[in-house]
Amino acid sequence: MPTEWTVRAITRAMLPILLVLTLVELGSGLVLGRFEAQLLQYPALLALVPVTIGTAGNLGSILAARLSTSFHLGTLSFSPEDEHLVGNAVATFALALSMFPVVGVGAWGLTALISGAQLPLRTVFAIAVVAGVALAVLVIAVTFAATYVAYRFSLDPDDVVIPVVTNTCDVLGVVVLFAAVQLLL
Amino acid sequence: MTVRDVARDAYREALPALGASLVGGLVAGVILSGMRAELRAVPGLLVLVPALLATRGNVYGSLGARISTALHQGLVEPRIRGGDERLQSAVAAALANGLLVSAFAAVAAFSILTVLGDTVAPLSVLIATALVSGLLSGIALVGVVVTVVFAGYRRGRDPDTLVGPLVTTTGDLFGMLFLLVAVRLVLFASGVI
Repeated sequence: MPTEWTVRAITRAMLPILLVLTLVELGSGLVLGRFEAQLLQYPALLALVPVTIGTAGNLGSILAARLSTSFHLGTLSFSPEDEHLVGNAVATFALALSMFPVVGVGAWGLTALISGAQLPLRTVFAIAVVAGVALAVLVIAVTFAATYVAYRFSLDPDDVVIPVVTNTCDVLGVVVLFAAVQLLL
Repeated sequence: MTVRDVARDAYREALPALGASLVGGLVAGVILSGMRAELRAVPGLLVLVPALLATRGNVYGSLGARISTALHQGLVEPRIRGGDERLQSAVAAALANGLLVSAFAAVAAFSILTVLGDTVAPLSVLIATALVSGLLSGIALVGVVVTVVFAGYRRGRDPDTLVGPLVTTTGDLFGMLFLLVAVRLVLFASGVI
């Protein structure tokens, strides 16, 4: 049943999930807080934060929406030979490989123009690409798992999977960025 | 369809939207990296950033999805003037939810950081920053979402495919821009008082 269009009805439908998602996102904020000193020292790393979170969340929500559509059309089966499953996973990986090199060069170039380059391009590039590849793998795993759980419990994947996946991938974006910075800086 | 066909379709369909939001995200990142002085002056603000940005996406993405579904069903006319009551309620609800959730994020971040024993700015500074940025970016996003969804619909585009990329791109951009404006206003005001 669609929500009635009153402030009260819309708020009742949305607010609980928004509050829960906010707590999840604060988790990623706390991870950022753990390496705040490094982020404040190197503007290029700080510039990577929104775009990494956003791209990870977008990759997840696009994959979830596509799996959800295949699921509704009845063309999705959870087997390693399923072409929708494998094809969408391949596309997600290819998209990450196309996006994150641009993310690295863009973040380095733009902050070098404004604040000067404190880090060499290859370091920022390597951090972005390593984070991107790790994120692609995690995004695929999380989205498959969430879609599978929705399918097992007969939930509509449109309602549940997309917000869960988008916000989980946001958090993973920060965690992976943190790991990549510790590894490569 | 082979795996190759599925992958190629999925890749081509996603690339423009991802590219647009990449540009928005990079500009948001540049704004964030230009905010280092404010981030140092307001400890705990960085912890709030992901929650505030996600709230913009969640609240105004849902507003856009709601309006585009209503356009498909003929429940809302694609006109801004005329004061459609449903549209006004949906916009008011989005703004109210955006503000409530922003304030909640500030209180929760302050509490968690206090419990962890971390340095954190006064609660009033965090709440004021969250509310001012929530209000300003909310007004900007309502304007963009309603205008683009209506204009797209009138030109025969499916508003459902416009909303996602539009909100992820402008949400990060406006979210960060107005966070910078808000924190400067709040720091200025607290210096005056």
